Amino acid sequence: MEYNVEMFKPIQKDIKSAEAIVRPSVTYWQDAWRRLKQNRGAMIGLWTIVAIIAIAIFGPMVSPYSYSDQNLEEQNQFCSSKHWLGTDDLGRDLLTRIMYGARISLTVGFLASLINLTVGVIYGGISGFYGGTTDNIMMRIVEVLNAIPMLLYVILLMVILEPGLQNILIALGLVYWLGMARIVRGQVLSLKEQDFVLAARTIGASNWQIITKHLIPNAMGPIIVTATLNIPSAIFTEAFLSFIGLGVNAPMASWGVLASDALQSFRSYPWQLFFPAIAISITMFAFNFLGDGLRDALDPKQRK
Amino acid sequence: MGSYVLKRLLSVVLVIFIVSTATFVLMHAIPGGPFKREKALPPAIQRNIEERYKLNDPLWKQYVDYIGNLFRGDLGPSYKYLGRSVNDIIREGFPISAQLGLASVAFALLLGIPCGIISALKQNRWQDNIIMAVAIIGVSVPSFVMATLLMYVFAVKLRWLPAAMWGTPKHIVLPVLALAGFPTAFFARLMRSSTLDVLSQDYIRTARSKGLSWAAVVYKHVIKNAILPVVTYLGPLVAGIVTGSFVVENIFAIPGLGRYYVTSIYNRDYTTIMGVTIFYSALLVLLNFAVDIAYGWIDPRIKLTDAKE
Repeated sequence: MEYNVEMFKPIQKDIKSAEAIVRPSVTYWQDAWRRLKQNRGAMIGLWTIVAIIAIAIFGPMVSPYSYSDQNLEEQNQFCSSKHWLGTDDLGRDLLTRIMYGARISLTVGFLASLINLTVGVIYGGISGFYGGTTDNIMMRIVEVLNAIPMLLYVILLMVILEPGLQNILIALGLVYWLGMARIVRGQVLSLKEQDFVLAARTIGASNWQIITKHLIPNAMGPIIVTATLNIPSAIFTEAFLSFIGLGVNAPMASWGVLASDALQSFRSYPWQLFFPAIAISITMFAFNFLGDGLRDALDPKQRK
Repeated sequence: MGSYVLKRLLSVVLVIFIVSTATFVLMHAIPGGPFKREKALPPAIQRNIEERYKLNDPLWKQYVDYIGNLFRGDLGPSYKYLGRSVNDIIREGFPISAQLGLASVAFALLLGIPCGIISALKQNRWQDNIIMAVAIIGVSVPSFVMATLLMYVFAVKLRWLPAAMWGTPKHIVLPVLALAGFPTAFFARLMRSSTLDVLSQDYIRTARSKGLSWAAVVYKHVIKNAILPVVTYLGPLVAGIVTGSFVVENIFAIPGLGRYYVTSIYNRDYTTIMGVTIFYSALLVLLNFAVDIAYGWIDPRIKLTDAKE
């Protein structure tokens, strides 16, 4: 076959259609959500957390027992249709106490993480934004505090403050914001040199506006990941404190208190220990899975 | 390098000083003082006790005495165990806790690191999946849950190992497993990600292309570089094992320092709480210092100078 010029004709260049955006643009958060949805472990973690929260809120309402109802005729029973997870040494329904304990443990987890988030973001934000001497002094303080084994000082604070939910939150809030402050500082330090900050400044934005409207929203990914991973460590610390006798006051019970109480009669009634232990472990699992997934989704640079 | 070490040493001293002062302030902020009971003591006895423990001195003098004693390594008398000092308690309890702790660190390193390497070399294969699944259980299950589970299975049900007390090598197995669970899993995860990181480096390709066998590359290049981040986590690891020992020693009734510490918390034995807190803080701060120095020595790429930015 022969080729000649007549067989070809030029295609009209259609610049417009080549440049047209076919798909809707995807924001950072939509993209992160898409990535998170592909991560099966993270989604299982997320739904487990939703389920635990629902149980913590509605469970005690539905239950026919209260967390403090004693019934000395039904001490230390094993699982039955009347008490699904058995009863403790004072005949209190274990399922109700675990569901109630979920409220306390989750409250501690979320509130402690929130306190750390607030303190850490403000401290790190100021330190990173102002830089220079301010940054130097503020980071020296963090360095010194970081060298101190914090859990020992949480214990010390709890000894002084006397056990109780509020004081656990104070103790955890006071000492665990360091990691958050460092991360926020690092983010702010690199973000503040970027052009969009300069642009904001030229149109007259104040420092406060730049920090709250530009720097912190852009640093949100690592902040959320850190906050999520702080929740299980707060729950763990609360359980640990309760276990060594520095937890919430009776008859209230967090998971750590339940586990610690059950330890005395552990050989005869092991299930009293196993159920709260399983509850703690599942929750830690869920948050760790979700945290890992969020890290992958929100912080693609860190992905391995 | 010398001036860096000196600077770091100064900051270690400063941190220990701050820690001691903070502990002193916290302990004297307790309302009512350490000898307030529900039942009021006769005033004469109260006076005598306060005399004995020098609680009548002005606060600044108590503080100066306290820091002076610390300087000589004297942590003072115990408020609850008559005739025993905090030093006695530490001398008695710490060797046992140290044995337990060292065994746990060794276990975590010897199991965690190889698992992490295998996991990375067999990325996304069944070996990797199994190791990582076990590792996430390890980081999610608190040590007291692990301890009681192990005790229930191996001591109560199977009766293979003793459930409590201390003395023979058999007694050390379960507490070490309980304590080492978290760090082993943590090291496996850390080692996996750092090995994957090293595997993607150019020098690995170079080593392969010059004809080295895969085993030699892994042994000579991958492991040596990948193990570095693990060293930095030794400090936090020991801190975790110390606090873990508080619960594990209690569960297994081991007469170590962690058990004394928790007992002193139950009894509100303030001087013992204070002394042991300072002892552990100083230990961990010094350990972190040692790790920092060792890190610079192991990895020559890190310069031990103050050039921060």
